[in-house]
Amino acid sequence: MNVFLIGLKNLTRKKIRAFLTIGGVAIAIAVLVSLWGFDTGYHKSLENNIDKMGYQLLVTAKGCPYEAATLMLQGGGGLRYMDEAVYHKIITDPRIDKITPQLISTAYDPERQSGRGGISLYMGVERSYIDLKPWAKFKLGGWFSGSDANEAIMGYEVAELEQRAPGDKILIPGSNEALTVVGIFERTGTQDDGVIFIPLKSSQRIFNLPEKLTGVGIKLKDMGEISAFEESLYKEPGIQVISLAQVKGTILNLISSAKAMTNAVAFIAIIIAIIGVVNTILMSVFERTSEIGVMKAIGASRMDIFKIICIETAIVCSLGGFIGDLIAALGTRVIEVVLKSILPYAPRGELVVITPNILIYSFLCATVIGVIAGIYPALRAASMKPVEAIRRGE
Amino acid sequence: MGGIIVKTEGLTKIYARGSEKIRAVDNVSLEINEGSFLALMGPSGSGKTTLLDLIGCLDNITSGSLEVFGHDVSRAKESVLTKLRRGKIGFIFQEFLLIPSLTVIENIELSLYFARLPQDKEKLKSLLIKVGLGHRVNHLPKQLSGGERQRVAVARALAVSPKLLIADEPTGNLDTKNSQEIFDLFRKLNKKDGLTIILATHNPALSSQADRIINLRDGKTV
Repeated sequence: MNVFLIGLKNLTRKKIRAFLTIGGVAIAIAVLVSLWGFDTGYHKSLENNIDKMGYQLLVTAKGCPYEAATLMLQGGGGLRYMDEAVYHKIITDPRIDKITPQLISTAYDPERQSGRGGISLYMGVERSYIDLKPWAKFKLGGWFSGSDANEAIMGYEVAELEQRAPGDKILIPGSNEALTVVGIFERTGTQDDGVIFIPLKSSQRIFNLPEKLTGVGIKLKDMGEISAFEESLYKEPGIQVISLAQVKGTILNLISSAKAMTNAVAFIAIIIAIIGVVNTILMSVFERTSEIGVMKAIGASRMDIFKIICIETAIVCSLGGFIGDLIAALGTRVIEVVLKSILPYAPRGELVVITPNILIYSFLCATVIGVIAGIYPALRAASMKPVEAIRRGE
Repeated sequence: MGGIIVKTEGLTKIYARGSEKIRAVDNVSLEINEGSFLALMGPSGSGKTTLLDLIGCLDNITSGSLEVFGHDVSRAKESVLTKLRRGKIGFIFQEFLLIPSLTVIENIELSLYFARLPQDKEKLKSLLIKVGLGHRVNHLPKQLSGGERQRVAVARALAVSPKLLIADEPTGNLDTKNSQEIFDLFRKLNKKDGLTIILATHNPALSSQADRIINLRDGKTV
């Protein structure tokens, strides 16, 4: 016999009440875990997306940096264009390690998403694009046969979605041009998975954007020269330089309001859970007044009673924490789908990543909450005078 | 008969009920010797329970003096009273007051746990056999009859080998047969083990079997 067993056995007395209280804690913890998981996952995905671009700087036509940041990652339409001449000018800079021009275009495809329609993304690239991404591997096929060929390389997801294989012909909606699929990339977990790549020259011709680019990706030999390099480009008219570190910050700013909201929800859920636990345990203390009196009569000290009640709440909360962890771990995918549908920008890859650390911390958090929630009822119980408790309870 | 284990001098306990002051125990002076079997008689409200609570160190006195096991507990703090009760005084209540979520043996282990004594299961089982509950070790209180529950309460009180057993109308909720059986058990514990027993009862048939009877009326001994 010990205080743990007494606390545990007492909880089995009012099963429904204990179950509901544990459920309240579990929901609060599940919200907390999902939130932490989202925070971790979002950062990780964003970093992965940005790192896998292969370049540290992007030169684009002048415009809103927020718009440019999201468009760059999303590859969306409504883009501004810069002259290809700028690219030819920059390329001579000796500080550059690798550089690649790109022309992003979009076309509305009424057959996408099982006939509901959607935007297809096309990116005009040169061989240098793949030099910046040494991890990019072909699942099937290979690179374009020529710089002006009517050929396409498909990202992993778009190829899966459209069930394409090398040799297939694809039509660009709204144009009469047909492209032959020559290769399919392996999954990268980035936006590239959803893009159809075409040779830069072909892209400029097909979309009627001669000598135009949407951006130039640049990797410098020395990371330390980023600011100096950026400064040297300020002089160029009509362009702006965005460093990917900036983009990361911009996107994190964009989602900070969504995060503040979810934080508030988690906080409120936890407060409600604590009130629920305090209420339940306090009720249980009052119901057991005479029992507490008897325990004191037979030798229990104030500390013994305090421990029993605190342990009871700790059991309720740690069980709630465990179940909450389970709910969150099992429901990650559902949460991810919901989040992806409400966020202004969601990077590719797992958005909610629940690590063992998150599970352990949230469990500990629940247990600590339990002990804190138990303090008041435990003090009430411990301070009961034995004779009054026995007589009042009778 | 051994030395004096309880000594009261002008013992008084006054309760406040609203603006009214109630002298539940009024100027009681008595001595209880070790090994004695004392019956406390009196109608409801005569102060039996209050006197037992004071002697059992469950409550503080208002005035007078009270010595238990040679300690002056008249002004003692709760923590001191707890230590004095622990393992030395056994309590039995009319309502049994067992912990419903614990089995028979766990209820008894509980008193050993709080008294900081080793929990020897075999010893406890033989104690349960002694009170006639050898077959009910792992039952919950709700699965027992009134008489059986009171036997568990007796076993719980005895488990810590107390020197003083305080029983507040232990047979109040029992039928005649069970009452006599519990009383016989007390008698045996008193005669065989030399346990000092103070028993409050309404039942003259039982009190007449005690060594000594104290009658209370309006908190005073008569």
